[in-house]
Amino acid sequence: MATSSERTSPPPFPDSEDQDLAECEGVGDRVSDEDGDGEDLFLSASGPTMSDMDPALPTTMTNAPIEVLFEPPLDLMSSPIPETETKPAAAAPVKPLVEAVVETVAEPVAELVEEPLDEFDDLVDLSTDVPSVQATAAESPLVEAEAETPSEEACEDFVDLSESDSDSSQEETLLEAPADSAAASSDPQDVSTALPPGDVATGSAADEQPGALLEVDIGQASGNGEKQPLSDDLFFDPLANLADAGPPPTAAVKQPAPPQQQQQQHQLQQLQQQQQPPLDLFEDDPNDLFGESRHAKSAKQQQQQPPQPSSLFGEVDEDIFGEPLGAPAAKKAGNMASREQRETTVGTKTSGLGGGGGGAGFGDVGGPLNNNYEKEPADIFSEEAVTIAPTAAKAAAAASSSRTNGVHGASEEGDIFAEATVELSLDSPRADRKKNTTAAKPSTSATSLSSAATDLSKTHSASLEELEEEEQEDNFDVNISVTNPEKIGDGMNAYMAYKVSTQTTLAMFRTKTFTVRRRFSDFLGLYEKLTEKHAPNGFIVPPPPEKSIMGMTKVKVGKEDSSSGEFVERRRAALERYLQRVVCHPSLLQDPDVREFLEKEELPRAVSTQALSGAGFLKMLNKATDAVSKMTIKMNESDVWFEEKLQEVEAADQQFRKLHGMVESLVVHRKELSLNTACFSKSVAMLGSSEDNTALSRALSQLAEVEDKMEQLHQEQASCDSFSFAELIADYIRLLGSVRGSFDHRMKAWQRWQDAQTMLQKKRESEAKLLWANKPDKLQQAKDDIAEWEAKVTQYEGDFDRVSSTVRKEVVRFEKEKVKNFKRQIIKYLEAQLKAQQQLIKYWDAFLPEAKAIA
Amino acid sequence: MTTALGESDKEKTRSVSVDLNNDTALIIDIPDALCERDKVKFTVHTKTTLSSFQKPDFSVPRQHEDFIWLHDTLVETEEYAGLIIPPAPPKPDFESPREKMHKLGEGEATMTKEEYTKMKQELEAEYLAVFKKTVQVHEVFLQRLSSHPILSKDRNFHIFLEYDQDLTVRRKNAKEMFGGFFKNMVKTADEVIISGIKEVDDFFEQEKTFLLDYYSKIKDSTIKAEKMTRSHKNVADDYIHISATLSSISADDSTAIKKHFEKLADLFEKLRKVEGRVASDQELKLTELLRYYMRDIQAAKDLLYRRARALADYENSNKALDKARLKSRDIPQAEEQQQLCLQKFDKLSESGKRELTSFKGRRVVAFRKNLIEMAELEIKHAKNNVALLQGCIDLVKTH
Repeated sequence: MATSSERTSPPPFPDSEDQDLAECEGVGDRVSDEDGDGEDLFLSASGPTMSDMDPALPTTMTNAPIEVLFEPPLDLMSSPIPETETKPAAAAPVKPLVEAVVETVAEPVAELVEEPLDEFDDLVDLSTDVPSVQATAAESPLVEAEAETPSEEACEDFVDLSESDSDSSQEETLLEAPADSAAASSDPQDVSTALPPGDVATGSAADEQPGALLEVDIGQASGNGEKQPLSDDLFFDPLANLADAGPPPTAAVKQPAPPQQQQQQHQLQQLQQQQQPPLDLFEDDPNDLFGESRHAKSAKQQQQQPPQPSSLFGEVDEDIFGEPLGAPAAKKAGNMASREQRETTVGTKTSGLGGGGGGAGFGDVGGPLNNNYEKEPADIFSEEAVTIAPTAAKAAAAASSSRTNGVHGASEEGDIFAEATVELSLDSPRADRKKNTTAAKPSTSATSLSSAATDLSKTHSASLEELEEEEQEDNFDVNISVTNPEKIGDGMNAYMAYKVSTQTTLAMFRTKTFTVRRRFSDFLGLYEKLTEKHAPNGFIVPPPPEKSIMGMTKVKVGKEDSSSGEFVERRRAALERYLQRVVCHPSLLQDPDVREFLEKEELPRAVSTQALSGAGFLKMLNKATDAVSKMTIKMNESDVWFEEKLQEVEAADQQFRKLHGMVESLVVHRKELSLNTACFSKSVAMLGSSEDNTALSRALSQLAEVEDKMEQLHQEQASCDSFSFAELIADYIRLLGSVRGSFDHRMKAWQRWQDAQTMLQKKRESEAKLLWANKPDKLQQAKDDIAEWEAKVTQYEGDFDRVSSTVRKEVVRFEKEKVKNFKRQIIKYLEAQLKAQQQLIKYWDAFLPEAKAIA
Repeated sequence: MTTALGESDKEKTRSVSVDLNNDTALIIDIPDALCERDKVKFTVHTKTTLSSFQKPDFSVPRQHEDFIWLHDTLVETEEYAGLIIPPAPPKPDFESPREKMHKLGEGEATMTKEEYTKMKQELEAEYLAVFKKTVQVHEVFLQRLSSHPILSKDRNFHIFLEYDQDLTVRRKNAKEMFGGFFKNMVKTADEVIISGIKEVDDFFEQEKTFLLDYYSKIKDSTIKAEKMTRSHKNVADDYIHISATLSSISADDSTAIKKHFEKLADLFEKLRKVEGRVASDQELKLTELLRYYMRDIQAAKDLLYRRARALADYENSNKALDKARLKSRDIPQAEEQQQLCLQKFDKLSESGKRELTSFKGRRVVAFRKNLIEMAELEIKHAKNNVALLQGCIDLVKTH
């Protein structure tokens, strides 16, 4: 694992880029002399793979991912700027290990894998025909991945790439390629027209590796095929994006390519290396392929056990490695493929199974490669390292979105990706939403079923839950109850665990009913994950109840008094409402973490939720900086709606807080009243016993009984005030906090856009200065800068618009929910009061004859 | 602060805690009262057919201290030792509402204007209730006297009713205050001493145990009932704040929930009034009843004490007679003394028995009346609440 930690702390950012690029430039026609870096990388990547692949070392296998789990995120935190570089680098060593683990998993499932393999026979047959199509298919998501990536770091990354490119001798090819690829990907059906120029550009490329490259492409395509199901709309999006991003580079042909094109260039080079075959074969049937992959998708969704994508890898590896191993160049490409596939396999791995076969194949290839082709692989590798960055991003995105398919196999890996791909998976919510529409269809048809199910669950639900369920019956098919709070452990290490039972008819869950045990920090952990992923997009993530050191300490100390019991019950109900709110949210329901939380037996311990942990401190720090930046950002609001809403939300927040205080004091007073009534009841009973008039004595003891019942009524009313009224308000205070959070995120997006605009302005000014000073050497760079910043401005503006519209939608949704929720709760609260008053009438009615009987 | 109590307010307050035989020969009420700072001036109105009064209808101004003076003179009159002297009315206490008013003034900034106005109204109502109650207990004191066959003929009582100038009862000076305190101490010590004396009458023996026990119980109940009604009042006050906050939320809200909040605010406001009535009715029907009988029982206990004292005197005189006989000195004097004490004791016992029996009947009747009234009021208010809640639920549901 030493290697992995080594790699996770990369050299300072610009240097490493330059190095990588230097090697990447040389890839086309010359062999780089300095293979040190690349080889190093290679070894570090494949070395562990070999050793860990040995099934005789299960301990290393299981340990490795866990170690990895902790190291990369730490590094990421310590050096936030080189983050994107770190990601691929960090991911690289992790993957082989992960693979190895999965391989062991894959073995028992071998039979499973075999079956679906047949399905892909066609595909494999086609493999010689379709590479080009696949390549383009693969390309567009790649482009998309970048275009969609709002991470500034990622972009800076590419800026550097393009800058260094501009100095390189290959400028011409580089420039042509992006332009072409832009055209090519703008219409995937038309790739054939775009290809020839690409060909020309890479005349110097290796002549004979169709097979090997095929493999590369298939690797991509299969990775892509896996992603595709999730993103049918994504597939079109890149086109739009490219169309937007396209004009600047084509207009300024001499400028170095923006990031996307840089990436495309790599893709194209690979394509071009294939030379003619794609051209001819392209006609064959692209639709078949897509059909195939879609098929895979639907199959996956139905079965919820997705061995298909992984089996695809397995199949591909076997075939391809069988054929071209003899050719040295094939190995080179094969190595590339293996790298790529490692990336993609990670994606599939999270899908639970498979990928192992692929891993084994690479292992074989890796060996000979090391011996015979040290230099070339090294070169290619270094190029790949660059290529991989986005590919990894894509794979990771695919991973994160594929995880939405309800995958439970590998949570450790999943966590890493959750950490590493926060920005990259930004497009996944959209994919989620898309999926949601498909998921919604079966759900509506199954409404009746679920209502029956909710009836069942009512048997063990408290009064509070019943209403929650009624809500569920409205339009959702997920019904969650949190029950059986249980103290686990002793002393200060004790914690509460809750039973989370889910009843659903949604197909995305494996079964209809399932139950897991979760501790409080797990709930908080879920919230952390959700906010990290969704809040920056403007989503309102329902917040869980706060940590309460006071309340919990009481519980921990173990006093079984009423206040700690009440605390636990209140928290239980709050957690239940929290989960209900999460699953009621169409986008959040699709989140893999939510499903994992509901379904998976064991959840990794959420560490960052501890108030006194390092993460907690970091969070505090972040909050502080956020607060400062919030104060400094002065947004001149263009949209009146937002301005009004924000004011409304803030006013409501204040009012609700006040109301909450009032209701709390009502609860206190009501409890006091109950207590005093109890005292009075006892006292009157005593008075009755001393009374010497029999009838009066009887009446007084009756009065004592009435007062005793009144005490009960007051007690019930107090808890009703507290549970259905005060808690409702508390919930909304928290929710309003989230709403404000989404407004803040919108503001941040705006700020980013504004900053980019300012930057663009500056660049333009400096260009003008250069023009005036007549310094043509630097002019080129200035133009590059401008183009790049123009792209960024467009992108950030798009981001801002997207966040804005999401916030708007979310707020509307929030308000709708609020009205519904409040109405229901108010009615419930009033009905409880009504019942109490009716009881009261009954009691006094019974007392009246007693009083009249006094003689 | 000056508060005038209107005539109309006084109609129903007559004899809340005591059942008085409405002898039309002498009807007393307090139709009006004026509160000037700490002093409350009551207008005592008398309507009579008795010839011992100069006019059949007259009013005089009286202060709380005058009532105390009247009570004290009655207690000190030897003739009335065998009677339960109606307990003196408690000193008017406006401290609690005043203090609350002060607090409210301090907290004004944290409240909306509407909320503040409501709170102020509520406090004013509370103040008025305390005031009314004060007037009522003074009135009841006089009515008790007027309905008593012996006490109604008391000369001091007549002076109190008739003398149309200020009585200008001299305030007790410090020495007298201390004297009163000392007297109390002696009385308590004496009670302990004479408690050792063997009771000769089973009736009084029983009465004594009963009253002692009952007194401690009723005292406890009174305190508890006071607490209960006070916390009920607090709940009602909370409703005001909730209602006010809800209405300001509804004012800010732009969604469909606005109407619901409005209705809820409205409901809380109405509930507040009902709850407030529940609290004040409990206070009036239950707490006041208990409090009054607590004091009445104290008066009965005082009667028992006086009788016990007379018994002790008689025993002592017996001893003195025995001694005198032994020494054969001053025998007639001792005999006379002994006879006197016996006479006094017998008279006390006789009237005491009568008084205590009638007291018992009075107590039962008063309890009956008040408990019935309270139960009816509770039912009425609860029904009101039910109607309000049901109406609001229907409204919310249909929207």
